[in-house]
Amino acid sequence: MEQISILEGRHKQVFEKKTGGEQVEISCDTSSLSGSVSQRACVFCGSRVVLYPVADALHLVHGPIGCAAYTWDIRGAVSSGPELHRLSFSTDLQEMDVIYGGEKKLYHSLIELIEQYKPKAAFIYSTCIVGLIGDDIEAVCRKVAKETGIPVLPVHSEGFKGTKKDGYKAACHALMQLIGTGSTENISKYSINILGEFNLAGEAWIIRKYYEKMGIEVVSTLTGDGRIDAVRRAHGASLNVVQCSGSMTWLAKEMEQKYGIPYIRVSYFGIEDMSKSLYDVAKHFPERPDIMEAAKQVVSEEVKELYPSLQKFKKALTGKKAAIYVGGAFKTFSLIKALRSIGMSVVLAGSQTGNKDDYARLKEMCDEGTVIVDDSNPVELSKFILEKEADLLIGGVKERPIAFKLGIGFCDHNHERKIPLAGFVGMYNFALEVYQSVMSPVWQFAPRKGVKI
Amino acid sequence: MLLRHTSKEVKEREGLTINPAKTCQPIGAMYAALGIHGCLPHSHGSQGCCSYHRSTLTRHYKEPVMAATSSFTEGASVFGGQANLLAAIDTIFSVYEPDIIAVHSTCLSETIGDDLQQITRKAKDDGKIPEGKRVIFASTPSFIGSHVTGYANMVTGIAQQFAVSTGVKKNQINIIAGWMEPSDMREIKRLAKELGVNIVLFPDTSDVLDAPQTGKHEFYPKGGTTIPELESIGDSLHTIALGSISAEPAAIALEKKCKVPFETLEVPIGLTATDRFIMSLSEIGGVTVPDEITADRGRLVDVIADMEQYLYGKRVALFGDPDQLVPLTEFLLDLNMKPVQIVSGTPGQRFEKTMRDILDARSPETKFKNGIGADMFLLHQWMKNEPVDLLIGNTYGKYMARDEDVPFIRFGFPILDRIGHSYFPNVGYSGGLRLVEKILTALLDRQDRDALEEKFELVM
Repeated sequence: MEQISILEGRHKQVFEKKTGGEQVEISCDTSSLSGSVSQRACVFCGSRVVLYPVADALHLVHGPIGCAAYTWDIRGAVSSGPELHRLSFSTDLQEMDVIYGGEKKLYHSLIELIEQYKPKAAFIYSTCIVGLIGDDIEAVCRKVAKETGIPVLPVHSEGFKGTKKDGYKAACHALMQLIGTGSTENISKYSINILGEFNLAGEAWIIRKYYEKMGIEVVSTLTGDGRIDAVRRAHGASLNVVQCSGSMTWLAKEMEQKYGIPYIRVSYFGIEDMSKSLYDVAKHFPERPDIMEAAKQVVSEEVKELYPSLQKFKKALTGKKAAIYVGGAFKTFSLIKALRSIGMSVVLAGSQTGNKDDYARLKEMCDEGTVIVDDSNPVELSKFILEKEADLLIGGVKERPIAFKLGIGFCDHNHERKIPLAGFVGMYNFALEVYQSVMSPVWQFAPRKGVKI
Repeated sequence: MLLRHTSKEVKEREGLTINPAKTCQPIGAMYAALGIHGCLPHSHGSQGCCSYHRSTLTRHYKEPVMAATSSFTEGASVFGGQANLLAAIDTIFSVYEPDIIAVHSTCLSETIGDDLQQITRKAKDDGKIPEGKRVIFASTPSFIGSHVTGYANMVTGIAQQFAVSTGVKKNQINIIAGWMEPSDMREIKRLAKELGVNIVLFPDTSDVLDAPQTGKHEFYPKGGTTIPELESIGDSLHTIALGSISAEPAAIALEKKCKVPFETLEVPIGLTATDRFIMSLSEIGGVTVPDEITADRGRLVDVIADMEQYLYGKRVALFGDPDQLVPLTEFLLDLNMKPVQIVSGTPGQRFEKTMRDILDARSPETKFKNGIGADMFLLHQWMKNEPVDLLIGNTYGKYMARDEDVPFIRFGFPILDRIGHSYFPNVGYSGGLRLVEKILTALLDRQDRDALEEKFELVM
């Protein structure tokens, strides 16, 4: 790492895979260093992204206006029906509320909103300030639930109380309050819940269709295109299939403990992992070989169509190099495989929220010379991209313009993606998007990677 | 119908905000700080605040936006954020090497009682601020004001903390930019140059948030008002503050500290406001208005006259920030249009008074509201009750425009789904021309879309 200067105190969060090199364990699960230009968000953000797709619930942000304003409809988590989740509701706390408390305001807001919209349930998000002024939102929620007859669930997402991952957990905790309150009558033995799939650009619909083709009943999707009634009966499923492991593993573990539902971790990105996620579910029902047969049928049909269509991209992209910096580490694994299948290698792999096991696995998977980072920042990312001569960056909203300024391609694999990247069709879309961006004629006109034309 | 949830009946709400027409103070402070050269904005609060502000600004500008955070933890919120901020200042100067750190507070740090003045002084006393470098600050709790007042607070901080009066006056005029786009700031500088008046514009986000593709990621792009320029504002002959909410507080602070007299004008959007700006600047600068600017003005008037029949009486609903809405309302009236519904989430009585002054004589029936309860939900309800021909506002207006099937012009902050605002100004006569073009295109496209075949006209 001599040639690339990194932030003092971040040496343990950056690692370069080298034979004979020092095999340090990457440090992660820490909050960012004060003063770093971190790409990370807060606890509230984690809760908000997990619960947001529940479309027939009321989502009320208890705090000053910003937290509600910045999370107003910025994720493309689509709904096939109600769209109450796309509105922005806030108690808009003012100075007087900070002094005298915001409980009354919260109570009135809830009553007004529930009366007007008749939601199936309400989620109340605490923000930083609520944690400080000591509003008893549990009590308000209990009172409102009693008066209105719907579940009113506090989400303890005070921004400073941990990292985004703690926000996932707070959200899962709220979901746990709902699970188990609905009827499980008529649920098939061959049934699953899809966990950690948020239906960005309609991805949950694609995945659901594959499972249904296999004869599997999908009881609920947590939380993509989510409905309160479906969440309530999630405990009736036989298996939990967990994607985006960072956000939902906690819930899967809780459900395993409380309801005895086992879980598996899957990924829907790339041919290999997508196929595996179907096979792994089929394997769970060995007494029904027809399910495995159907899974094979789905994969073979899809791959037969997909594989030839990828070759054009592979031809153009072979030998190109990619840098990956995304939220969860599990996604990074799939992306490495998916990129390899279109001829590309990965020179930088990082995540905002990966854990120790994730990084151990990442080290194993990566090629010699690949840089692995936890909780990176723009200076580091730019330096590694230049140094490793990447042609593509995969990241989110804050990384996009950096890639373009450097003169390399970009693919949004975070919540601002506009087209489904999951499933077999998603692999095609992914390859197309990478191809479009990396091979764009615009780069002919641009000084690339710091070099003058 | 995405907003099927908007009920037609307007009911009094108890402090609940639905679909806000504002956001919180810190993002304004961050935006203002980006208009200083070599400055790294710093958010003294939780990690999320900084991340949200950067993401929102990035979506609006499609540019990298750099800012650091104190990354509050539970410990910091119990014991105070001083240690975090001191550590942050250390880290930032040693790693990111800015000339200036502009710290703004958040609801969290304000509520726990962190005193930015005291902490930054301590940083200086402890030798954490290298020679020639600066740390400035502004108090911007999210439970007061809006993004607009947050901007004003940081601009005031800039004026107060940089200005020095040496006792020797400099032949220059300060122009304090109210919240406007980099394109607008560029246009203000161009107009001053054309007039031949020597100005210092601050803040100035041109060449920061509209930077060219260079093959490099410039952590500190070349734009922004420089330290020497900012230090010199105390010796300027005069100050013009553009915007009574977002710019005037800084002018007042500067007058207090360095006795630089000021006058407050509206952001020069539209004919009348631009006239006032050009007249003021030429008078204060002691110059005559050159023919080029007069010709620009003439072209705008010419276009308005040409297309007057398509503008007359059109009912417009608008929402956004006070310093933009005031001159825009005036401009719409000058265009013979009817601004009938106006909403701004930013609180303050000044807005109400100014709007009254403008509207009482020319459009007394206009409904307007700002502050608590003035949100897009309310505006949508008004639109449902009294339909309009055109909606003007930020990107979030697209839901209402779609639901009510009303032509829509994107104007204000944030604009998340179109480009142009960074590159083409709304201020000055050329900005006025751009606005008229946008208004006409929206209205005439609609007329064409809805025209019966026999009335579908070639020449309009």
